[in-house]
Parts: sequence; C-alpha cells; structure tokens
Amino acid sequence: MADNKGVMAYCEVADGKLAAIGAELLGGGRKLADDLGEELVAVLVGSGVSGLVQEAIALGAEKVYVVDDELLKEYQADSYVAAMEKVAMQAMPRIIMLGQTNVGRDLAPRLAFRLGTAASLDCLELAIDADSKALLQTKPVYGGNAYAVFTTEYYPQVVTARVKSMQPLERDDSRKGEVINVDAGLDASAIRTRVVEKVVEEVEGIKLEDASIIVSGGRGIGGADGFKQLEELAKILKAAVGASRPPCDNAWVPAGLQVGLTGKIVSPDLYIAIAISGSSQHMSGCSGSKNIVAINKDPEANIVKQARFAVIGDWKKIIPAFTEKIKELMAG
Amino acid sequence: MNMIVCVKQVIDPEAPPATFKIDTSTNQVVPPAGMSPVIDPYGEYAVEAALKIKDAVGGKITAISLGTNQLRDVVKKPLSMGADELVLLEDEAYDGGDSFSTAFALAAVIKKIGEYDLILCGREASDWNAGQVGSGIAEILGLPSITLVKKIDVADGKARIERLTSDGYEVIEVSLPAVVTVSNEIGEPRYPTIKGIMGAKKKDPTVWTPADVGLDPAQIGAAGRKTKMLKLFQPAHEGQVEIIEGESPEESAANLASKLREAKIF
Repeated sequence: MADNKGVMAYCEVADGKLAAIGAELLGGGRKLADDLGEELVAVLVGSGVSGLVQEAIALGAEKVYVVDDELLKEYQADSYVAAMEKVAMQAMPRIIMLGQTNVGRDLAPRLAFRLGTAASLDCLELAIDADSKALLQTKPVYGGNAYAVFTTEYYPQVVTARVKSMQPLERDDSRKGEVINVDAGLDASAIRTRVVEKVVEEVEGIKLEDASIIVSGGRGIGGADGFKQLEELAKILKAAVGASRPPCDNAWVPAGLQVGLTGKIVSPDLYIAIAISGSSQHMSGCSGSKNIVAINKDPEANIVKQARFAVIGDWKKIIPAFTEKIKELMAG
Repeated sequence: MNMIVCVKQVIDPEAPPATFKIDTSTNQVVPPAGMSPVIDPYGEYAVEAALKIKDAVGGKITAISLGTNQLRDVVKKPLSMGADELVLLEDEAYDGGDSFSTAFALAAVIKKIGEYDLILCGREASDWNAGQVGSGIAEILGLPSITLVKKIDVADGKARIERLTSDGYEVIEVSLPAVVTVSNEIGEPRYPTIKGIMGAKKKDPTVWTPADVGLDPAQIGAAGRKTKMLKLFQPAHEGQVEIIEGESPEESAANLASKLREAKIF
C-alpha cells in the first residue's frame, strides 16, 4: 500500500473523441491529487487513441498512459480489464477513477476484483481524509434514501463517479505532460465475447443523460396528452422529457424515459418534477440533480420535501402559465 | 441449460420514503415496521430472464440467496415464479458483507452446485446499489461477464445477448458458461401462478452454512470485506424547500419562473 501513489483517471473514448466524463474525472482527480501532493495521470485505452493525449494533458493530467491496440477497438470487459490491469500494475496508483457510465460500471468492478479489492460505484463526492490520506467515497444507497461514506484499506482504491458530479478544468493547451505507451499484449483468443452489432436508438430531442434541464411527469399527468404539454415546455427550455414509473408502465411515454432505480439515473442542473410524488424508486434516479422543482397538489408529497422550490396546486393550471412566463423571460 | 440466479431479500424499495430510518449508532437501516421485505427488483428481473430462456429452450433454474432472517414466503418467490430449486446461504457468518465477500461466498456456492451454463444476477440491488456482485462472481470463477442485459437468446452452447449502451444497445456473442447482469428492459417479471405458489409452498429450500460450502468464516461476511463503511446518513432536506406562492395558480407559476431566472437556474 505504501507503494501506491497518485490518482489515475480512466478517460473513456467515444467515437474517437474524449468523452465528457473524462474531463470531469480529470477536474475532480486534479483536486484529489493536489490534496495528496501526488500526481494525476490519465489513461486512454482503445484503437487509434494516441491523438487524444494532448487533450488529456490540457485538461489536467501530468502523465498519460496509452494502450493502443486494434483489439481494443470496441469495449469488451475481457480486453479492457486486461489492459487496465497492466496499466495499474505498472503505475501502481493509489486511486483509480472511472465514470459511472455503461462502460465504467462494467469495467470498474471487474478491474477491482482482478486487483483483489472491491470498488465503490456511483460516487457523488470524493475527498481525501487529511489524517489517513484515505479516499472518502460518498455514494447514494437505498435508492438515495441514504448516503454512505466508504473507504478501502486495499489499494488501488477503485471508484466510479456519477456523470456531472465533478467540474472539468479550463482547457489549457500550454500544459506539458509525459506520455507512456503500454503494450496491450492481448491474445485475441482470450477475448471471450464478440460484438456482432451495434444498434443506435434514435431519441427525439435531447437525451435524458445529457440534458442540463429535465421536465419530468408522474402519475398525476393522467395520460399521453398531458405529456404533450410537458414536451412543449421542454422544447422551450431545451430540456429533455422524463417520467416516473407509472407513466411508463401505462405506456403514456416510452419506457426509455423512465427516471428511477429501474430506469435512468440523471443529474441535471434543474429537474422539474410535475405531479410526481417522489417515491424512493424515483428519487434514486433524480436525487443527484442540482436543483429540484416540485409542482404538486399535495404539500406533504415527498418530492416537495426534497425540492428547492415548489408550487402547490394543479399542474394543469400551473404549467401553461409557467410555460408562458418562461417564454417571456427567455425572449426578454 | 442449467441456470443459476442470484437473488436477495431487501426492504421494499416502493415503501414510502417517510418510513426509511437509520440507526446511527449501528450504521444500519431499521426495517420499517409492518412492511414485508421483498425480493430485490433487479433480482426478479434476473429470474424473469432465466424463465424466458427456460420457456424457449428448457432447462433447470436454481435460485440462490444469501442473508439472515430470510422469510420463506419472500425468498421462495423465484420458486413460485417457476424456478426449480432454491439454495439459501443462511448463517450469521454471512452477515455484514460487502460486494467482495458476498461475491466470494456466492462463487463458492456456484462451484459447489457445479453444473451451470449461465449465471444471472440483477444489475444492482436496491439496498446498497453496489452493482458489483455479478462482475465479481465472473472474476472469481474466471468466466466472461456481460452487464446491463436486456435480451438473451441461447443456442448451440452460445448466447446472443443484447447489452444496453448509452445510445441504444449492442449485440454480443459469448460462449457459455457466462455471467450476465440483467436490467429492467428484459421485461416485467411474471406473476406467480396459483400452481407455482402451491408448488413453492411444498418445496423445502436447501440451506448451506459456510462449512457446507467449504468457506472459511474469515473470508465471508463482515470479516471478508474489502471496503469499510465509515458513515451512513440521511441527506437533510427538511426546511430547505421554498414554497412559491401567488394569488392564483397562474401567478404562482409565473413567480416560480421569475424565481428560477433570478437564481440563474435557467
């Protein structure tokens, strides 16, 4: 353990570009590294990813480990875990940070177990304990009803951070850094999975995970027609439309719009919850939002307690007036 | 097809949030009075995924569950849905584990069961939301794993699996045996039939202690943890909310919009 030093940020590559989560991890990782007085390193894994090194440095990394191999063209647990294991054994970092994305949540636990430890997934806050230098890993549990602070006495400490929970640094292209190429040394026969097809499902408008504003409706919306009004508001705010479980179960909206434990986990700047009571199941999907606004007829509804602002009343009267006023404010 | 499904008993995640309480002296959640625990929702999706395969190609489904105070009526749900066997790991030594020690114990049990083509877990459990046990079992047993699964087709010793991605899904082929973690997109778990419930009532689960599976108590439960929980707390929300008022609902709505603008939230 005494040998493990530094903070490592795994920077996901999507469509040949550094994914936004990479910049966020480097921003958050920079602070942890500074608090430790240790270095921040980035890792790039993929095929043809070497060109992204300078960007990782400009976003805060002092060193960039690169594993570039044809066999790493697509994410697959077998090949990526092996590549990351090699990097981890060479760099011996104190902390490995990944993003809570479909890749990170697959890679982090396998990597942690491979390295003889367990990870903490979906952390909202990461901090260094001043005395022990341990990484304090705060994450929602029980669907956001509670938060737990974990630490690990086994190194490296592997975590994933929720998307948008950390701030990227300003890109500074004058920053200098070192590049370390690591040979993947992969054997194609050791990769037991094969991606045969990738299917992109077109979503109309803005994707829930990417939206900085979400307009979300619950059981009280009453039907598909009600959601049309929500869509109109969303359009004006450049927001995505979401829903709690009942509208999805009743097919008023597609199942892919569900926010909650058994749906999407989102953390927008603004989450407008309309006629949503705020069950634990739903809150686990949206409790990471920076601002929750509740529009609900029941002042005792859980969502109202968890909101920053609330209007108590019938959404059918409130939403048209709210939409009009927003339009006016945005025009002015 | 021999399938093993890992499930667990949890506090009902649909319980009203007001009933959620923590005992801060022990860092434990206090089960709400008068509310029955349930099978973890994602575990139920994993059972449903296994049943769909059984419907298509036949096979045997063994459900396993680890914990203490497991209510038979609750943990027998996979049987009433259509699973064939139930193995319970019940012993105080299993208590207080984390993903690492839990995956370690489950992997040992799976090895003891011996015959398996597919191991299914939920993508995460509704209590600790750890999301690691399936991947951990795969690592320990040296098997391939596919997480966030929405569809599974099995043929000729291979599985064709749809895995969720950020903008859709990918189709993955994997040789068996393999581990999958199932997401809700697999489809709603079926309701137990009367026949299923009657059958489950009559069926006794197999109960294994750590010694039965050759596990050293030092490797499992709280003793086998790799992570340590320093604190468990409820986020403070009370009194934070600002209720926006007005003479009419329309005025309140306009006031809300102005307030959000002032606070530079949009």
